[in-house]
Amino acid sequence: MTGLESEMGKDRSAFIKWVDDRFPWTETMRYHVTEYYASKNFNWWYIFGVLAMVILVIQFVTGIFLTMNYKPSAAEAFASIEYIMRDVEWGWLIRYMHSTGASFLFIVVYLHMFRAMLYGSYKKPRELIWIIGMLIFFVLFAEAFAGYLLPWGQMSYWGAQVIISLFGAIPFVGEALVEWIRGDYAISDITLNRFFAFHVALLPLVFVGLIFLHIVALHHVGSNNPDGVEIKEHKGADGVPLDGIAFHPYHTSKDLVGIIVFLMIFSAVVFFAPDMGGYFLEHANFEPANTMATPEHIAPAWYFTPFYAILRAVPDKLWGTILFGASVLLPAFLPWLDRSRVKSIRYRGWMYKLALTIFVVSIVVLGWLGLQPAEGIYVPLARIFSIFYFSFFILMPYYTTIDKTKPVPDRVVYNA
Amino acid sequence: MHKTTSIGSALFFAVFLVTSGLNAATEIELQPANNDPDDIQSLQRGARNFMNYCSGCHSAKYVRFNTIGRDLEISEKQMIENLMFNADKTFDTIQVTMPVEDSARWFGTSPPDLSLIARSRGVDYIYNFLKDFYLDPGSPTGVDNRVLAGTSMPHILWELQGYQNAIFSVDEDGVQHLDRFEAVTAGTMSSDQYDGFVRDTVNFLAYISEPIRSTRRALGVKVLMFLVFFLVLATMLKKQIWKDVT
Amino acid sequence: MTDDVDHIDRRRRHFLTVATLVTGGAGMVAASIPFLSSLKPSARAKALGAPVEVPVGSLEPGEMIRVMWRGRLVFVLRRDEEMLSRLTDVNDLLRDPHSEVIDQQPEFAVNEHRSLRPEFLIVEGACTHLGCAPLAEFEVGPADDWFGGFFCPCHGSRFDLSGRVYKGVPAPTNLRVPPYRFINDDVIIIGAEPVAV
Repeated sequence: MTGLESEMGKDRSAFIKWVDDRFPWTETMRYHVTEYYASKNFNWWYIFGVLAMVILVIQFVTGIFLTMNYKPSAAEAFASIEYIMRDVEWGWLIRYMHSTGASFLFIVVYLHMFRAMLYGSYKKPRELIWIIGMLIFFVLFAEAFAGYLLPWGQMSYWGAQVIISLFGAIPFVGEALVEWIRGDYAISDITLNRFFAFHVALLPLVFVGLIFLHIVALHHVGSNNPDGVEIKEHKGADGVPLDGIAFHPYHTSKDLVGIIVFLMIFSAVVFFAPDMGGYFLEHANFEPANTMATPEHIAPAWYFTPFYAILRAVPDKLWGTILFGASVLLPAFLPWLDRSRVKSIRYRGWMYKLALTIFVVSIVVLGWLGLQPAEGIYVPLARIFSIFYFSFFILMPYYTTIDKTKPVPDRVVYNA
Repeated sequence: MHKTTSIGSALFFAVFLVTSGLNAATEIELQPANNDPDDIQSLQRGARNFMNYCSGCHSAKYVRFNTIGRDLEISEKQMIENLMFNADKTFDTIQVTMPVEDSARWFGTSPPDLSLIARSRGVDYIYNFLKDFYLDPGSPTGVDNRVLAGTSMPHILWELQGYQNAIFSVDEDGVQHLDRFEAVTAGTMSSDQYDGFVRDTVNFLAYISEPIRSTRRALGVKVLMFLVFFLVLATMLKKQIWKDVT
Repeated sequence: MTDDVDHIDRRRRHFLTVATLVTGGAGMVAASIPFLSSLKPSARAKALGAPVEVPVGSLEPGEMIRVMWRGRLVFVLRRDEEMLSRLTDVNDLLRDPHSEVIDQQPEFAVNEHRSLRPEFLIVEGACTHLGCAPLAEFEVGPADDWFGGFFCPCHGSRFDLSGRVYKGVPAPTNLRVPPYRFINDDVIIIGAEPVAV
């Protein structure tokens, strides 16, 4: 080290000491980054948490720039989107990133949740992480729904019409509640204006707060791993878990690879297929909202369709709404429905594996059914798969108790 | 990766991919438009067709003339002389000459803005719509359309295409099916010429629905090339750092 | 692991770390360009900011009109003979009587009357101090050093009948002359570069 460098090094550590006396900088960095130990045997299923954070940053930045040109009024909203797409320099890129990011956030969050189900990440002592995560998921639903109204296209308008009407099924207060949400007798300029406030101010604030709690809870108990082994039970003489490696530089360098792969897929969609065949940007939404005519096929955005299919499967408005709500809420109870002694699917018996497979197939089929018209064969199919969906949760205490599990090793399985 | 996990993930993606490929079925059979958005000459012809035949009644209110000039390599002078009938500044948007109230009175509905029609309906739809007008004495315009039955748009291209009759058949359930068309009067264009004319026009409509299409694709290639390079570097770094992990 | 291999690994790791950081940084800089560029005037702003035509044929000598160009106030004043004669009287009281600050006017207006044609003054109605709109006070007096011109009510800056700034006021420079030209004797177009005088 040259004299100058060591001088600078001294100055730097003196500055950090000055900060540390006033703010827990080094302590925080150690606790959350350089001395946060997570299992070395993470596989790629563990990339989706960090990807969700990356997309969230993309959504925040692009969203802020969109608000600079978007007009939250029924008369101007649709035209202001086209203004962004055509007249604002690079506006098209910012808008496509935001619309593509919305869909990708759902893909990534669904996979993130599925990872938790594969490896039992919601089980003791991580129940609160899962509960907070479910709250984030609900907020994400609300955020996406509010954002979807903003372009004020045909699908925006009629999609919102259908979903808001759901609340009308609630006995006694339904109608009043619907009017209260809309702020008008129909979806109007007033509704758009308040949804804008929800979308850009209220819900993002809640988001940030909940994600902070999610990570605080995670770093308190430590991350789970594909073997479902508690790495803190085997520590070395230095107090570091034997199977743990520091978040930085090990997991960060690995995450970077995952992030770049994600960015490649994301860019491929943004630059070559921003409509994604009508799934990410629906064709009917290129027509301005027309309060006089409903589009022929009306379906919510793809990420809502599994739950929408359940809603439609029930031939009764109130019960449809109840089951719709139940289908969204049920996963929150997983930590208590799952009675298995083991966490990871690697050591579970055939029953859970079969149940999880049926569950995944049901979600995907329901998601597809939600995009089809509710007629013919689609109706009984939706009912059958709704039953599968609910059975996964309701029967879980039973089949996870009797399922024959394999012995869990003491240490994680890792082949360098 | 563990066996069960890989099977699980493979299954998940497989089902996802299969189902995402299926789309809501459209009832009306459509011929493909086969337009080429990179064919500048076709787009130039399409611009001429649009301004001569469509822009009298239809606006394209989000589209500026100077954008078209830049992308389709049309000079400002040519633009003003040949395309700008109802605008005097090149930065103006394509507005309609006919007052909206008049059109609403004449056609029962005001002709839609065409800025985004290719994205909301698709190119194949418009291509077939413009080809499939047929004589119908019962209609106020004298014609009906196979793709959009009961349309209030008259067959404004009849001089080019000529008029045609629709030949129907009835199946066992008593439902009428449109089988084919039969020319009644000849137009100034041959059938192939007319298809080309409509294809160019549709191509132009596709272009104005997203003028930055070619820009975004060109940029996408560069972005992906950068990311491939970045991925190689990051992978090497990861491998290097993970040498510590045993 | 021998020390030798360890040393090579360390250098390789250092190189890869720097290379990855530089590449990532370059990517971030490139990605920020679209966002920063999106703040520039849009195609619509440019269309709305296009040159404006102002008919001046009906303007009486001594009369002034206010027009808007790019959302900015522009004064169009037709000076009479007497007003023009006053311009030389005030030279000593001015900070920049010969329009030497180049950014404040197109080249054609670097003269005493600061205009294409002596009788027509075209200046932006924005005080060069902090942008208030100056008032037109064309009469001489009552103060003995006031020979008519523009007075800014915000902070008391004063300009003469050519928009030239007085000494001892907060405004640093003369009022800005926008680009313009005459289409014919009766119409000027503001915002268009002059082709020929």
